[in-house]
Amino acid sequence: MEKMLNVEHLSTSYGKIHAVRDISFYVNEGEIVTLIGANGAGKSTTLKTISGLIKPKAGKIFFKGENIAGLPGHEVTAKHIIQVPEGRRIFDRMTVMENLEMGAYLRKDSEGIKSDINWVFELFPRLSERASQKGGTLSGGEQQMLAMARGLMGKPELLMLDEPSMGLAPVVVETIFTVIQKLQREGITILLVEQNASLALSIANRGYVMETGKISLTGTGRELLANEEVQKAYLGH
Amino acid sequence: MGILIQQIVNGVTLGGMYALIALGYTLVYGILLMINFAHAEMFMVGAYIGLFTLKFLSDPAWGMARLGLGPVQEFFTGSVLGLIIMFIIVFIVTGALTGLLGVLIERVAYRPLRNAPRLAPLISAIGVSIFLQNAVLLWIDSKPIPFPDIFPIVTLPYGLNSLKIFIVVTSIVLLLGLDTLVSRTKIGKAMRATSQDRGAAQLMGININSVIAATFFIGPALGAVAGIFYGMYYGAVIFNMGFFPGIKAFTAAVLGGIGNLRGAMLGGFMLGMIEALAVGFLPAGYSGYKDVVAFLVLIIVLIFRPGGLLGESVVEKV
Ligand SMILES: Nc1ncnc2c1ncn2[C@@H]1O[C@H](COP(=O)(O)OP(=O)(O)O)[C@@H](O)[C@H]1O
Ligand SMILES: [Mg+2]
Repeated sequence: MEKMLNVEHLSTSYGKIHAVRDISFYVNEGEIVTLIGANGAGKSTTLKTISGLIKPKAGKIFFKGENIAGLPGHEVTAKHIIQVPEGRRIFDRMTVMENLEMGAYLRKDSEGIKSDINWVFELFPRLSERASQKGGTLSGGEQQMLAMARGLMGKPELLMLDEPSMGLAPVVVETIFTVIQKLQREGITILLVEQNASLALSIANRGYVMETGKISLTGTGRELLANEEVQKAYLGH
Repeated sequence: MGILIQQIVNGVTLGGMYALIALGYTLVYGILLMINFAHAEMFMVGAYIGLFTLKFLSDPAWGMARLGLGPVQEFFTGSVLGLIIMFIIVFIVTGALTGLLGVLIERVAYRPLRNAPRLAPLISAIGVSIFLQNAVLLWIDSKPIPFPDIFPIVTLPYGLNSLKIFIVVTSIVLLLGLDTLVSRTKIGKAMRATSQDRGAAQLMGININSVIAATFFIGPALGAVAGIFYGMYYGAVIFNMGFFPGIKAFTAAVLGGIGNLRGAMLGGFMLGMIEALAVGFLPAGYSGYKDVVAFLVLIIVLIFRPGGLLGESVVEKV
């Protein structure tokens, strides 16, 4: 298997706050890899650094062999590395359809865009019913679906999801996670950040545990689920 | 009745100019949450560039004839078609140059401060404003320069004339054009997305710096057109001419809901109308209170709708 994403000795800070400290991890093509850890551990910062929203202080980020560390956000997106951000961050004052169009901002293949809109509507039928509604009027679950659908419109090779289950009812979480697994079967590589560790580990091929900016543990999803420390700290056993 | 119609005409004319300036404030605020105090100077510089362009194209003592383009000049000034083409050229040249100046100012005075505390770019903007006024004062003239009066003025009933019609029609065409640009085109959608969530817009692949540059081009370009109108309407330009229209237009933007494009347009026309009606209907000798009336309306609107007429209610945003 080829490493699609390979992060080496990455550090990111906000002024004096060292949010990510010298972390290394990788994601193979076709995998679901999850990054779990308590609130404030540095998971979102890691994703934002990969996406180019924040500049790293040190380290390298290889995507298919090319170092993309420090590239501006729009150039990272152009490489089909797509982040679905924490808190959904859909465009409230745009319709569902316009949000999807924004997801396809860099694409010029209007036929492909059309067929992808049909595809995301199949994945999330609720969205097609709400196509002309403003994003801000959707429920939390629908907004998460829209955020994911919008991300998919950018044709991700690597899809990074930041806490897709946050604040959602269990039924909706189930829908979202079913779709995540479906996307993996369709060939999309996924880096999943979650606080809901048991759920994330149950669908992940591999996982990393982050603690105060560092990676403290790694293993397959099953290994981490069975790990005593993980159980104590994140699974509430 | 006559005076009412006359003042409505004046109000719409003034309103069109205010709206064209106001949208520059609102676009920048929508995207950078910054009040571009130098915007009034874009209007002023635009008026000067417009004046010189117009002189170059129409005044026999200037440029064209010396370049051997005398016949072209005669065509411009000698027929209605020529005049129309000449004014279109003046607007395009002035808009483009002033727009480029706006982009340059953003690049050197605001972008380096993008992550600085919010007061920093504000102070930088005041600095730019003072710089531009003094540059014009020192390098061009401290006294008013008469605007070439080559626009043929046909007087009509009710205080209407061809210039007012020209100003109103051109303003409305430009405002509708901008509205369409922002709601329909790709760059317009990128601007809206950036103003709603800059980080998310970046994740869509939008180049934020290009969007900001576009914003700093469009606002000054349209502000410059308002500057030309102002020069034509009042007959002269001067280095400090941006001050009152700038404040009025800013007020219009706040009245309509700062950050909201249609709000700025609505606010501009409302403010022009209030001002004109106040002039027409305040008792003799009190017309100087027109600005008091305008600000009174602003205060009343803000009491009931703190976000402005078309702005989001502030509560919602929290
Ligand atoms: N914009 C920011 N400015 C300053 N500190 C931040 C910012 N964002 C996050 N942090 C800090 O960085 C650390 C990691 O945050 P984050 O990456 O959001 O963690 P997680 O996603 O794992 O909850 C935390 O201590 C947080 O307070
Ligand atoms: Mg987070």
